[in-house]
Amino acid sequence: MRDFDNKNRDDVTMTKTNLTTVIAATAILAGGAAVAQTLVPSPTLEAIRVRGNLECGVHVGVPGFSFPNDKGEWSGLDVDYCRALAAAVLGDAGKVKFTPTTVQQRWPVLQSGQVDLLSRNTTITFSRNATLGVNFQGINFYEGQTFIVRKASKATAAKDLDGASVCVAAGSTEEKNAADWFRERNLKVTITNFQKNDDAIAAYDAGRCDAYTAGVGALAGQRAKLKTPDDHIIMAEPISNDPQGPVTRYGDERWQAVVRWVLNGMIAAENLGVTSKNVDDMRANSKNAEVRRLLGAEGNFGQMLGLSNDWMYNAIKAVGNYGESFDRTVGKDSSLKLERGQNALWTKGGLLFTPPFQ
Amino acid sequence: MLRRLFYDARMRDLFWQVVISAALVGLTVFFVRNASQNMVNAGIASGFDFLWRSAGIDVPFTLTGYKSSDNILALFWAGVTNTVFVSLISMLLATLLGFLIGLARLSSHWLLSAIAGAYVEFVRNIPLLFFVLFWYFGVIAALPQPRDSLSLFSAIFLNNRGLTVPAATSGAPFPWALAVIVLAFTAQWLVSRLAVRRKAETGADTPVLAIGLVLCVLVPIAALVWAARSTGWDMPQAGRFNLRGGFVIIPEFVALLAALVTYTAGFVAEIVRGGISAVAKGQREAAASLGLKPGQILRFVVIPQAMRVMVPPMTSQYLNVLKNSSFGAAIAYPDVVSLFMGSALNDTGQAIEIIAMTLAVYLFFGLIVSALMNWYNARIAVVTR
Repeated sequence: MRDFDNKNRDDVTMTKTNLTTVIAATAILAGGAAVAQTLVPSPTLEAIRVRGNLECGVHVGVPGFSFPNDKGEWSGLDVDYCRALAAAVLGDAGKVKFTPTTVQQRWPVLQSGQVDLLSRNTTITFSRNATLGVNFQGINFYEGQTFIVRKASKATAAKDLDGASVCVAAGSTEEKNAADWFRERNLKVTITNFQKNDDAIAAYDAGRCDAYTAGVGALAGQRAKLKTPDDHIIMAEPISNDPQGPVTRYGDERWQAVVRWVLNGMIAAENLGVTSKNVDDMRANSKNAEVRRLLGAEGNFGQMLGLSNDWMYNAIKAVGNYGESFDRTVGKDSSLKLERGQNALWTKGGLLFTPPFQ
Repeated sequence: MLRRLFYDARMRDLFWQVVISAALVGLTVFFVRNASQNMVNAGIASGFDFLWRSAGIDVPFTLTGYKSSDNILALFWAGVTNTVFVSLISMLLATLLGFLIGLARLSSHWLLSAIAGAYVEFVRNIPLLFFVLFWYFGVIAALPQPRDSLSLFSAIFLNNRGLTVPAATSGAPFPWALAVIVLAFTAQWLVSRLAVRRKAETGADTPVLAIGLVLCVLVPIAALVWAARSTGWDMPQAGRFNLRGGFVIIPEFVALLAALVTYTAGFVAEIVRGGISAVAKGQREAAASLGLKPGQILRFVVIPQAMRVMVPPMTSQYLNVLKNSSFGAAIAYPDVVSLFMGSALNDTGQAIEIIAMTLAVYLFFGLIVSALMNWYNARIAVVTR
């Protein structure tokens, strides 16, 4: 018994020594590689490397954004971003563990460090940023809140909903938006708040409510969950702006920079014409300096962030640029068939913009 | 001296009590400080200032007159009243239904007792959440769309958005009517006590029933009619989507009430059955040999003794009803869990404060229920001399 204990203790010491050696070696290597840079080590990045996978908090299920198929494989715009981030950090887009979160769970899951980031239809708001200890790292989808109603009701805009019952997920921005919007216009609307989006949709489908409210993109996906999707119509005119994007907790600025610039990189890639198909060719032959820096053919941008220089090459190779991801998940090649609209590049009349890779 | 103190049992007990209390207080202080320090470090807001922030959340069913422009404290209060409201009505109805089922189970009629037995077994072996969802989607599916509302005198309407009844435009006369009714019932209670004394002293009968008819039926009706006529009424009318005006009793309330009542009644029935079975057979036989009729045996001999056995487990059931009312959150019944721990928590992110307040609500009302039941238990306990 005593022997066993001793042996056990030795094992623990061994592991500790090994770990220290590995960390020291990594530090020396990193230090040696980036001679001019003195990197503040990112605890999150270290943890991801030790763990071997990225922990990404996604929505429990909105088709087009984050939705698991019958084999448990996730797909969607928000999921694609997580994959791109995993490819940039670990060199493998498959090394992501998705944690589905409800409207209610998302903040504690992020705050407590259970996930490295949230990428899940979450609206950027002032009070969330100011009081929840979270930072928003850019916009990957410009969402606008609207309503889905039965075609038979003949309602075409939100102002027609006077006297209606509206189902909504409790704790969402939509819950407050809708209350504010109708109160401001003196329209009497009964808002019934459910704990989960899916409960609210089920109640709407069962006839409890005249309308269900969520973002245009989310509604386009959720509509598929109704018994007869064709009997329902999504109102075109939004009542709010709900920009959404990846969220990180306070602290570890270096990790926050990684999250921000992988998103920027996907948008920049679309603007520069880099796609998953031509990325090898572009890296080898492009004369454009920004393309060369983005893909690691010139300079050492990846290393500046504490990553490898082929970080964006890996991300684009695996997931594609923002436009490819959009078309595949929510756009013209998907069942949602959303227009690019506000989510087109700033050069094409949209709002998506990225600062330069310089 | 120290040696004597060490061997003194009372001092030793005191010492350990002080040490353990101090450790407990110290641990609590440590946890609170640690949590708040971590929250400050993580940039998460803390404190109770958020209660005065505007809530901005619409509540479909409220007894407090809450509006979405009120503050979060008002939202909390709206949730608390809804929790208490559905719990109280459920306790009352579950007791009645449970009593009936419990008595049916004891009945010598085979079919009646078998049905009651099957009901109890069915209910006790199914999770409450199932009941809540079953009643909710059952209620919604069974009721018609607003345009096909069932109506009574074109004043009361029933559809899948709820039961809409006319609402008084001014509530002022109603407290007066209620006061009159309470007075009438008190008078009736005094009359019946006087009648018992008069019977004992002089042997003369008093027309208690006739007086009761006036005091407990006619007076309340008159008071309510007066109150109803002295205020205006907001009548429900057909609108584009649903009825406009009136007071709406939402289907979530009905579903939660039905679930809590049918579920708890199964447990109450067993308590009632157990309580009655606990009364010794000899008691019944003795009462019968004294010439009491079956109804009288039940009323004067069996029930009073059964009550002593039933009250303590009934307290647990009442506490369960209070706690189980939080299942309303699953079907959007705006109780304290749904409104405060759901909407307000998400809006403000102040989980620790909000969960502590919600906990305090359940603890507070739970202790009140326990205190009342303990008082009642003491009152009906066997008086030993």
